Formats: sequence, C-alpha cells, structure tokens
Amino acid sequence: MDLKGRKITLHDMCLRDGMHAKREQISVDQMVKVATALDAAGVPYIQVTHGAGLGGNSLQHGFAPHSNEEYISAVASKMTQAKVSVLLIPGLGTMKELQSAYDCGARSVHVATHCTEADTAPQHIAFARKLGMDTTGFLMMAHLNDPDGIARQGKLMESYGAHTVYVTDSAGYMLPDDVKARIGALRAVLKPETEIGFHGHHNLGMGIANSIAAIEAGATRIDGSAAGLGAGAGNTPLEVFAAVCERMGIETGVDLFKLMDVAEEIIVPMMEHVVRVDRESLTLGFAGVYSTFLLHSKRAADRFGVPARDILVELGRKKMIGGQEDMIMDTAMTMARERGLLKAVAA
Amino acid sequence: MKKIRCALIGSGNIGTDLIYKIQRSPVLEPVWMVGIDPSSEGLARAREMGLKTTAEGVDGLLPHVLEDNIQIAFDATSAYVHAENSRKLNALGVMMIDLTPAAIGPLCVPPVNLRQHAEKVEMNVNMISCAGQATIPIVNAVSRIQGVGYAEIVASLSSKSVGPGTRANLDEFTYTTSSAIEQVGGARKGKALAIINPAEPPMIMRNTISCLTDDEPDHGRITESILQMIGEVQKYVPGYRLVNGPIYDGNKVQVFMEVAGLGDYLPRYAGNLDIMTAAATCTAEMFAEEILKGSIRLEPVV
Repeated sequence: MDLKGRKITLHDMCLRDGMHAKREQISVDQMVKVATALDAAGVPYIQVTHGAGLGGNSLQHGFAPHSNEEYISAVASKMTQAKVSVLLIPGLGTMKELQSAYDCGARSVHVATHCTEADTAPQHIAFARKLGMDTTGFLMMAHLNDPDGIARQGKLMESYGAHTVYVTDSAGYMLPDDVKARIGALRAVLKPETEIGFHGHHNLGMGIANSIAAIEAGATRIDGSAAGLGAGAGNTPLEVFAAVCERMGIETGVDLFKLMDVAEEIIVPMMEHVVRVDRESLTLGFAGVYSTFLLHSKRAADRFGVPARDILVELGRKKMIGGQEDMIMDTAMTMARERGLLKAVAA
Repeated sequence: MKKIRCALIGSGNIGTDLIYKIQRSPVLEPVWMVGIDPSSEGLARAREMGLKTTAEGVDGLLPHVLEDNIQIAFDATSAYVHAENSRKLNALGVMMIDLTPAAIGPLCVPPVNLRQHAEKVEMNVNMISCAGQATIPIVNAVSRIQGVGYAEIVASLSSKSVGPGTRANLDEFTYTTSSAIEQVGGARKGKALAIINPAEPPMIMRNTISCLTDDEPDHGRITESILQMIGEVQKYVPGYRLVNGPIYDGNKVQVFMEVAGLGDYLPRYAGNLDIMTAAATCTAEMFAEEILKGSIRLEPVV
C-alpha cells in the first residue's frame, strides 16, 4: 500500500517502558540527558515515569530511585518542543497522582486498562480531559480480545473523552494481520477525529512490520523506543522505524540521524543487558505473556530452580495479565513444590 | 431461639447473597429487602424467599421498622446514599452494617477488631472492601508480632465478579483499602493494588500480602501468627486458603492467598464478594449475640 505523505506522530517509551528493562533504575540525570537528546531530534512525545506508571513505586513493581514527580519536573523543564507524557493504570495509579504529574509538567497521558476492562477508566480519562491533557485510552494485551471486542472497548474509551485509542501489543504476540484487523475495527466505529495508535513489543521481531500494518489500517500514532529500550525484547526500535518511514515517504517530523545517535551513543551504553529477542523474550511473544514479566520470571527462576521459560508458559496458560507480577513468584513456588524443589510450609 | 430481625438495603448480588447467609444464622433473621426498582429480580427473589420488600428505597422501610422490630440493617447500595440511609435508620435505633465504601463509621475486620466495636456499641460499622477483608487479617497477624513500616496488598479479581459501581470508582477502592491497611492492619504505611482479570473460566480471587518489618522478621513467630489468623478467618470464610508462603526475603514477608466463596448465590470464584457478605454476617452475629444476652442495647441516635 502506498503510504507516501501520511503524517504520523511518534511517542518515545524508553524512559517509561525502558524503566522495566533497567529494573526501574534510571537516574534523573540520565532521564534528562535522554529526553533532551530526543527533544533535539524532534520527537514530539516522550513518556516519563516508573515502568508501571503513576503509583508504580511498589514491592510489586519495584521502587525507582526517584519519585515520578522528580522525574517529570526535571524532564519537563528542559523540553523545547516535546510534550512529556505519563502512564496511568487505574487500580494502581489514581487521579491524585495524575493531578500531581500535571502540576509537574506532564501534558499527555496513556490511561491504560486490560483490553476487556475499559470501564475501569471513565473517571481517569474524564479527569485528564478536565486538566486539558492530550488523552489516550490504552487497551493492553490487545491480542486477548477479538477485533469486535476491541472496537467496543475503544468506543467506550472514546465516550469517556479519549482523543486517541491505542491497540497495545503488550505481549509482542500479534502478527500484522492481527494488528490490521483490530485497528480496522476501531477505525470503522470511532469518530473521524478520534486518532488511533499502536504500541508494539518486539518479542517476535514484528515491532516495525506491525507498526506499518497499523498505519495501513488507519493508525496515526506510533509508540516506539530509542534502541528499543523496553520490556521483553523491547518496544519497536524508534530509529529503525523512523528510517523505514523515511524510505516509505511516511512523515514523522523527526531527524533520523540525530535519533540514531541517541540510540547508539546514549541508550545502548545504558543497557544492563542487551535488549533483544532471546529465549525468554521470544517465549513471551510466542506464549502471549505480558512483556514486563521477563525479568521477574528470571529472578523467580534463579530463586526456585524452575526454568523461566516453563514459568512463562504456565503464566500464559493461566491467562495472567499485566499487573499480576505477584503471580510469577506464586506460580514459580507452586511449580517448584510440584517438582520436589520446595517444601510446603503448612496447612 | 429468639433472633435479631434484619433489613437488607440494596437488591443486587450482595444483598441477595446476604439473604442466604442470614437465613442460615442461628441469631439473625432476614425480614425486609429494600430496592428502588419494582421490577428488580432481587426483590422478586427476596419475596419468594419469604421477605417483605419495598421498591421505595429506605423511606419505604422506615414506617415498618418499629412494628417489625428491625434492629440491624445491611447497606449494600452506594457510598453516595449510605450516609442518608444510615442517619434515618440510626434515628430509629437500627444499627448499620455498611458494605459501601462510604466508611462513615469505624472500619471493621472481624478477627481483628469486631469485639471492640461491639463492646462500644458502634451504631455504624464499615466493612472496608473485599480486598481489605481478604488481606488486612494477614497484615495484622504480622504487625501484632513486629512493627510493620509498610504493607502492600495486590488483589486479583475475576472480571465477572466486579460490578459497575466498583469499576467506575476504582480510586475510592484504592484509597479506602490503603487507609484500612494502616488503621486496622497496623502498618505505618499501606498500599493497595487491584487487578481485574477476564480469564475464562473465571479465576478465583487471589491476594498477595507483603509486609516490610522494622527489624529482622522472626520467621517462626510470624508464620505461627499468620496460620492462626487464617484459621480465624476460615471460621466464617471456609474457602480462605494459603497457597504459598509465608516466604521471607530480608525484612519482607510475603503471603499468597486464595479466597473461594461458599457459592450461596454468587459463584465460588467470586470469593471477593463472598468474603464481604460473610464478614458482614459475622459482624451482625456478634452484635446480635450481645443484644440477645442483654449485654448491649441499641439506642436511637439523635
């Protein structure tokens, strides 16, 4: 399909989704350095929070060295053109925290729910609109709902006030036809002025192909991450995606070479492990498991002696979803007991 | 044996499940169910089960309170109307058990502080939230042994068991439960996380409780305290089950629980709803026993 002349808004995730890949350990200075460089490269939206978003600091999701407010204020004050965005998952983050993020300079928000539970977000979306924020309804683990279901959930998000509805491939499970079917179903029911976005993970190596498929089906906003820094095998690598767009004549407005430099010179040296499709992240994509489970399951594997791949496959079978990180440890313990590696405590 | 006569306000799932539990009680008798929709299924079912009903809201019940000797009312409506319901019924000497997040009365988790509330003849007690009922006993079991600086609970609920009220007000659930982890659980700081999972067949309610103790946790004493507390909760929720843990990691104590319901009116996976109705019934029974013994007397609140 000829996409020449299409205009797409890019949204960088390396300072939010990338927090997962760094066990939430990115410093304020690093955030400012990355965000400043992305801003200079013309990236219009930069997401900045704990990996699990507002309210994310917890035993469940790990503690970052700084509060969300500290990160957002430090970054927002340095932006020349980019808008700072945040993630808010109802049930974890609250409207008080959204107000506080706004006060620190955040002007855009992904209000995220599991792909069947949009009706847990009406208050948060309405509140974001009241604050005047660019507001997205973000349907996570979108492979677990069929295209008609996604369309109904997206319609709900739109009715609460979302400017944009995202199909979010949290498990990096989808193939281009899956993406097209869902985006197409949304496009058929949403108002023409409501935008559609796609957020990919690269667990099956499909981040770029899926994002292009999304654009073909009508998406105008694409999430990616410089050097792919994100959960699992990472997000759609933003500089690679920008290069593909440039070849196809899709207009992103970013400076490709500057973006390549950010990825190569700033992000890659920050990585604790090479974010790539390895055995475990491939398992996420293959089994349809939430990408953030990657490092948690590796830790549980080390502690209880059950291979991470076995834990991930079992979590996929039990249909665990984003936010249920506690069930990784629980599942690993149950499996270890069944394999005679752990003794039951009592009753 | 004489029983204390009760009214149920709200004819939804919770109210209907309460009828079953109260009918089994040796000290409680369900007499009235109050709704707002004359065609509601809940009111029809209540009539079939032998209850008197009104579709006029609490105002439809008020003229009958004295002649029918209603002494305890359960409110399973919403936080927005609870205060008004409570004021009207308290004025007639009816004690309120609040299953909404309104929390105008003291927070109640039966094995932790119910006896205290009964002794003080509190005229309105609040049942917090399903996640609160399922997790605060464990936080308290740790904090009664050693100081807990921080406690965090994660409640996973099946999508089918979470009604439109909770969905539209998730922040309220978060705030109420977090604050009860502190006030009743005994942690200096509390945090509550909720996840709604749509898997089919529906998953049974799961709860993970994590506490950070001030000092090195005493594994033996804390484990014993937790197991004892689980036994207390099992007296009114037999499906309250330890799945994994307690597991210790430095100062962190973690317990992984499952709550299966009794399957009265609500399905077994909806342990989150069952633990609310069971805790509310247990609370009413304690008050009823004291009233029947003559050790407490409910007085109109003016």
